[in-house]
Parts: sequence; structure tokens; C-alpha cells
Amino acid sequence: MNINLLEERKNSVMCNARDDARHIECGKNSAAGSVSQRACVYCGARVVLNPITDAYHIVHGPIGCSAYTWDIRGSLSSGSEVYRNSFSTDLREKDIIFGGEKKLAAAIDEIAETYSPKVIFVYSTCVVGIIGDDIDAVCKSAEERTGVRVIPVRSTGFAGNKASGYRAACDAIMDLIGDAERPEKPSGINFLGDFNLAGEMWIVKSYLTQIGITINTAITGDSSYESLKRAPGAELNIVQCAGSMHYLARLMEEKFGIPFISVSFCGVEDTSASLRTIAKLVGDSETIAKTEAFITEKAEEAERLIAPYRKRLSGKHAAIYVGGGFKAISLIKQFNDLGIKTVVVGTQTGREEEYETIKSLTDEGTIILDDSNPFELEAFIKEKKADILVGGVKERPLAYKLGVAFLDHNHERKHPLGGFVGALNFAEEADLSLLSPVWRHVKKDRGETDEKLCQLEC
Amino acid sequence: MKNFVNLNVNPCNMCMPMGAAGVFKGIEGTMVLMHGSQGCSTYIRRHIATHYNEPIDIASSSLNEKGTVYGGSENLKKALKNVIKLYGPKVIGVTTTCLAETIGEDIRRIIDEFFLEEKIVGVECVAVSSPGYGGSHYRGHYYTARKVLEHFAKTGGKSDKINVIVGCMSPGDIRHLKEILDLYELEYTLFPDISETLDGGYHREYDRLPEGGTPVAELKAMGKARATIEFGAMVSEADSPGEYLKAAFGVPLYRLPLPVGIEHTDQLMETLTILSGRDMPEKLEKERARFLDAMIDSHKYSAEGHLSVFGDPESVYAITALGLENGFKMCVAGSGPASEKLIPALKALETEYGTVFIKLEDTDFETIAGHVTETGTDLLVGSSDGAFMTEKYGIPLIRTGFPVHDRIGAQRKIMIGYFGSMQLLDEMTNTVLAEKHDHFRKHLFTEYGQAKEG
Ligand code: SF4
Repeated sequence: MNINLLEERKNSVMCNARDDARHIECGKNSAAGSVSQRACVYCGARVVLNPITDAYHIVHGPIGCSAYTWDIRGSLSSGSEVYRNSFSTDLREKDIIFGGEKKLAAAIDEIAETYSPKVIFVYSTCVVGIIGDDIDAVCKSAEERTGVRVIPVRSTGFAGNKASGYRAACDAIMDLIGDAERPEKPSGINFLGDFNLAGEMWIVKSYLTQIGITINTAITGDSSYESLKRAPGAELNIVQCAGSMHYLARLMEEKFGIPFISVSFCGVEDTSASLRTIAKLVGDSETIAKTEAFITEKAEEAERLIAPYRKRLSGKHAAIYVGGGFKAISLIKQFNDLGIKTVVVGTQTGREEEYETIKSLTDEGTIILDDSNPFELEAFIKEKKADILVGGVKERPLAYKLGVAFLDHNHERKHPLGGFVGALNFAEEADLSLLSPVWRHVKKDRGETDEKLCQLEC
Repeated sequence: MKNFVNLNVNPCNMCMPMGAAGVFKGIEGTMVLMHGSQGCSTYIRRHIATHYNEPIDIASSSLNEKGTVYGGSENLKKALKNVIKLYGPKVIGVTTTCLAETIGEDIRRIIDEFFLEEKIVGVECVAVSSPGYGGSHYRGHYYTARKVLEHFAKTGGKSDKINVIVGCMSPGDIRHLKEILDLYELEYTLFPDISETLDGGYHREYDRLPEGGTPVAELKAMGKARATIEFGAMVSEADSPGEYLKAAFGVPLYRLPLPVGIEHTDQLMETLTILSGRDMPEKLEKERARFLDAMIDSHKYSAEGHLSVFGDPESVYAITALGLENGFKMCVAGSGPASEKLIPALKALETEYGTVFIKLEDTDFETIAGHVTETGTDLLVGSSDGAFMTEKYGIPLIRTGFPVHDRIGAQRKIMIGYFGSMQLLDEMTNTVLAEKHDHFRKHLFTEYGQAKEG
């Protein structure tokens, strides 16, 4: 590594070496001026709660916070579409001076009168934390006045980072679930940490149905006020996006005694393993047998369809920069499965144990990054000669300007990347970008010979 | 002008720092630094990135709890240092966001302290106070441009150049505008110039601070210009950069609407004739003739369209005029950002064309959508944020303005001048035609064919 890193960033950038026992520094506040790719606490909370389809989301703050987060995610609903609206108290100068509590109370009343809401979430944003609006009190009195559940989300933007927002959202979900009694005979499982992007929750649900297991409540993909209230009735919580939902799983274990396990439905390997574990924990021998048969059939089919891609893609090098650690881990495995070696991998909010896993899954020399920035991504993509970057919306133009292929792994995706079908889509998308004829012209422009040409033609 | 009193439901505008970022991206070698919480800069980057398909590096001072309680000067100084180290900019545009402004940060003082302490030379630093609650991205654009000029343009004098201050135009529009100015053989300084910085080409070596933008030396000389043209007819005097140059140095000011539609473009050409002493160049004469011919060709078709326009005040005003000129039935003209001048200007259009339509400013999409459906709108023109009306009500949308998240190429779309107006008009008319052609058999059958059988 001969890259001129910022002083504050030196311990958050590592080159994987087996004899290096240091841990990467993670979970810190972003370094000032480093151009972090992270969003804020409010954003973290909104991402988690937004998929609750019949909820009214009021952003108590200035207009920007609401404008930038209005319906930008691809969570799908089988029922209400209310969640796709963005309500904002649109605080102005005078509200900042005199306080926004009255406006918020009146806003809640307007919603309660105009629609017949079951639940309203009220998010606090940066300024609300400073001007001292007591949103808890406003929500409480609004509940008494309107008879509607009005739940405060303590997501003041500067108080921590995106991960703190996840926790604020989990607290709000616990608030919504309330003190419900656990039934004598719990049944079904809760699926935590899938947001039904491009219908991914539905895909997993259908797999589980086929092996005879029912989802009690999905949190929060395609969920509703009623379905969340039913959550305490499950016998097991399976947690996918650990970064956001590990905390909720722990809260539910403490309060309702629901045990939890971590799962992932990214890629053939993880999907198969997760189904197997779930079947063992909640199924009988028949379920287990069914599951094995199901996995064999699906995995074989996926293998048959993915194999041709492997032939075309193996030997390439990938860089990964995504939000959470679980996703990065699954992506490394998926790339491995395609014969693609990961040479750079980073996350915005990965946790220490996830970075340990990442270290064990990648080769020596792989660059590992926490809360990275465009400067580092550019430098390491070039140094490690990555052929493809997988990341979110902000990373895409950088990849293209560097002349590197790109795979969109963002919350806006319109095709599923989860489950067996997702693994195939993943391979297909990597192939589309990596082997696009456009790179021929780029290479020509750069004055490089194109060894890929023959690969394309055969 | 909203359905709800205390709520904005589905915003039709963004916040001030967004406008500020766009202006700084139009200055050569400039890096933007937002003093406030991390989220604001990330949102704004994301919005800009999907619209322009360009990398957008905007730094944040990433204020946290500590900084919020004890003041953010340490964060801001660290951020300045790191930005200089990573990007080596010529200029740093420092803007505030809600958080920094609410805790009362004096960014100018902090910046000056930093430059003294670190003995930094060769970097200019412009400070703009732009809290999100202070106004829309639209206001942020002009306000920031004015602050930039107040910072750089400190002296008057004499030069042959004219100033051209642009509003929220696409890089494609700006390139086209430059061609027009060149045809009149005018010497000019165009600001803010995002024509290259936000729509660059592919180059062998990636440049973190892309080429292009208005050079600082030119900004400094803008007080000397012999005239200013400012595309911003709806912005208040207090926020207008041209008004500053006029008040401070007596630079004559021509404030024009966006040159969309034949009348607005004529207005621009007349101004350019005054300033250059030249008649309209032959190329533009031909473009004008062709545009007028195109208007005649399509007037009957467009007259069947029921048009609603939304976005920022300038584009709403300009596109409404284009629509009316060609006989569209105007239904709703709605601006998300506030503007005191918009409604009177739209009223004047109503009088001129003997029609009435719904006029909104400081509005939201909930309100716009209500009127759109009530009025029987069958053609929408505006940003991709209005696409939900296509999804919900099946009304086609022509994407213009900012942001366009769900289509490619918004950064190179041209809608100004005779040429650009003609392109937009064709697109509008064709959409009306397509709707008619795709459905007329079915409509007529339902209307008459079925009745006969019965
Ligand atoms: S409204 Fe204020 S807090 Fe929200 S994104 Fe804009 S500047 Fe940031």
C-alpha cells in the first residue's frame, strides 16, 4: 500500500495478512472532511421502518431530509401503498426560533383527521435535537387525543451514525409491538432484516412455504401494523441484515424469549445453509428431508444456469463497497463461486466480528476498509486492478469514470439479488457489465490491447 | 399553497445546500465542504450522482454530539485540512447545513482562524450560510452565486466582457448557450459553469476535481463587466447575484426568463443584439424560422393536450409559456420552491392568452397531484419526482429539470434557445399524439361502436 491516507483513517484501512493480528477500527464517527459514503442516524431509521406499508411517516424537520428520502427504496408491498409518501413538518426559520412542537402536533392531527391511520411514526432530525422539541411528549399527547398509535423515532441526525439509526428504528418497532403476551404455543418464524427489495422477502417466503415452514411476521419487508403486532407469536427469529436487526432480535429475546439465529439468503451457498439450519431448528424429520430435496433441486438448477457464467468470468477481480458487513460477506462468497477473487472489500457500518470473517474469507493482500471514501476506493481499485466494483448509487459513477464494470447492490434495485434466483441474477448482471463490448472501446481509447476480445467471440 | 396546513406531503423541492453545491461545482477546481451532519452531504451527493451520472465528492465536517455541544470549529478545521490533503483544490466552498446554523456557527471566523494557524496559501475559501430551513435548492442556487460574487468580485472598472449568470440549467443547455453567445462574438464570463464539471467525458486518467468551471480570475473581474445577463426572472432582488454587481459596481443588468419558447428566446436574442451590436446571426435566424415552422406543424395536435408543469419557478414559468404559445390547454403550473414573482408572472400569461389555470408556489406534490387529476391533465412536464402520477393515474411525464433519477441523459438534455425549445415542444406534442394514436380505435369503439350493437 503506498497510498497517502488521512491520519484518522490509517487504522480503518488494512491489508489482509495472516500474521497481522490487529483489528480494523470500525464503528467510529466518520472523519471530518474524508467524504464518507455514510448517511445519518435518521436515514438508518427510515430505511428500516419505511417498508412498514400502512404506516404514516412524518419527518419532523426541514424539507431536505424528507425530500431526499421520499420513495427512493425498492421495498414492495402486497397491500397498502401509504409508506411511499413522505410527510414533513417542513420546518422554516421561524419554527427553528420558536420551536416546532405545535406544528408537529397539528400535523399529526391533520393526518389523523384526513386518513384513518393505524400508526404514525414521527422521526426527529438534526435540528429537532437542538431546538429541544420534546417529540416523545408530543407523540404521547397526540395518542391520547386521536386514539392513533403515534410512535416517536429518536433519530436525531448527528447523534451517532447510521447504525444508531437502526437501533432507534428497532426501539420504535418494540414500542409498536408493545406488551403483547407470548402465546402458549408459538408457531412460525419471524424474518428480521429483509426489506422486500425487489420482492426478495416474498422469494424467501415461498422457499420456506415449500419446505413447510411459515413466516409469522417479516420485519420489516411488506409488513403492516397488524402483522408486526403478531410478532411475539413466533417460535424463532431469523436475522438477515445483522447490522440493523441484531439489536431487535436481542430485545425480542429478552422480552418475549424468542431465540434467534443469523441467516443470509445471498447466494446459493448461504441460502442453502440458512434453509438447512432453519429446518433443523423448527422442523421435524419430514421437514428436514423435504428441505434437503428442495435444496438439491434448487442448487442443481442454479448450478446448471450459473456454470456458463463461471466459465466466462473466472479470473476476474472484484472490489466491494456496501453498507453492512453481512452483505459484504455474502458477496465475497458469491464472487468466489463465480471464480472471481475479491481484492478490495469495505463497508460503511460493518462490525468487528464481521471484519474478522471477511479477513478469513479473503486472500492475503486483500484491502479491507471501514467507512471508506472515494479517494481510497479510487486508489485501491486502481492499485489492485479490480475489474468490477459492487456498491450503491454513489459508487457507480466512480467505477465508470475509472473504466471499471459495476454491479448495483443498492436499495433501489428492481431485480432480486436474494435466494437462488438472485444468485443467478447476480451472475447475469456481473456478466453483462464485465463482458460488455463497451470496454473494448475503452481499452482502445486507452491504447491497450484487448485480450477479452477472443473470449467474447468464443 | 398546500392541501395541508402543517404538512408538506411529498416534497417538490429540495433544500438550500443542494443549490449551493451546484454553484460550487461550477467554479474551477472547487471542492465543496458542508459544515453539519454527515447525512446532508450524502443525500445531496446521491441526488446529484443519479441525475448527472458523475462522481460527486462533497465533504462533510461530520458534526457529532460533541461538536454540537461545544461548537464545531475543531471538526470544520479538520475537515478543511483533510479536504486540502485529499483534493488539493483551488477553492473550497464551505456551506452550512441546518445543524451548524442552528448551533450558531460562525464559519467565516473559523475558516480565517484555520488559514492563519496552518499558514495556508494558494487556496481560496468561500463561506455561505445555507441552512436547509432557510429555503429551497432554487433559492440556494442564486443566494450562493451572489455570495460567491460578493466574495470574489470586489472591484469595478472597465472591460469588454459581459457576465452571464445562469440558473438551474443543464450542462447541455449551458453548452448550447455558449454556442449562441459565440455566434454573437461576445466576450463573456459564464457563471456557474457546470457544462464540463457535471457532464464530463471519459478520460484515461480520472480527475477527482474535473476540468472546467468558471475560473476564479474571471469571477474576480465580474465587477468590471459592461453588462450582466442573469437567467432568473423569478428570484428576489435580495438573492440576485446580478443585482449585487449592479448595486456595487453599476454593472447594467438584464434579468431574463429561461430562454424557452419563442418569446423568451427572442428576448434573449434582442438583448444579445443590444450588447453585441450585431443582428441575429444567420444560423440562429434559420433555427428560429425552423422552430416557428415546427410550431405551425404541431399547433393543432398540441392544442389537444392538457398540460401541467411543475418544478422550480424558472422552468415552470418558461415551460408554461412554451406550452401556451403553441396552444396547449394549460391546467396546473406548480412550483415547489417559494417565489413571490411567479404567480404575478403566470397571471400575466393568463391575460395574454385569455385563459385561466391553477397557479401554485411553495407547494407540494400532494397538492399538485390533486389539481392534476381534477383538471384532466394528460401531459406532465417536470422532474422525475412526478413520475408517481404516471404510475398512479397513467398520465405521461416528460422529464426535464432536476432531479431525474429514473432515466439516463438529463444532464445533456437541451431545452433552451430555438433549437432546444423545438426539441421539447416536439417531445410534448408527440406524447399527445402517441396517446391519441394508441387509444383512438378503442375510444371510438367504446363511444359509438358498442352503442350501435346495443
Ligand atoms: S434540510 Fe437541513 S438537515 Fe435536512 S438534509 Fe437539508 S441541510 Fe440537512
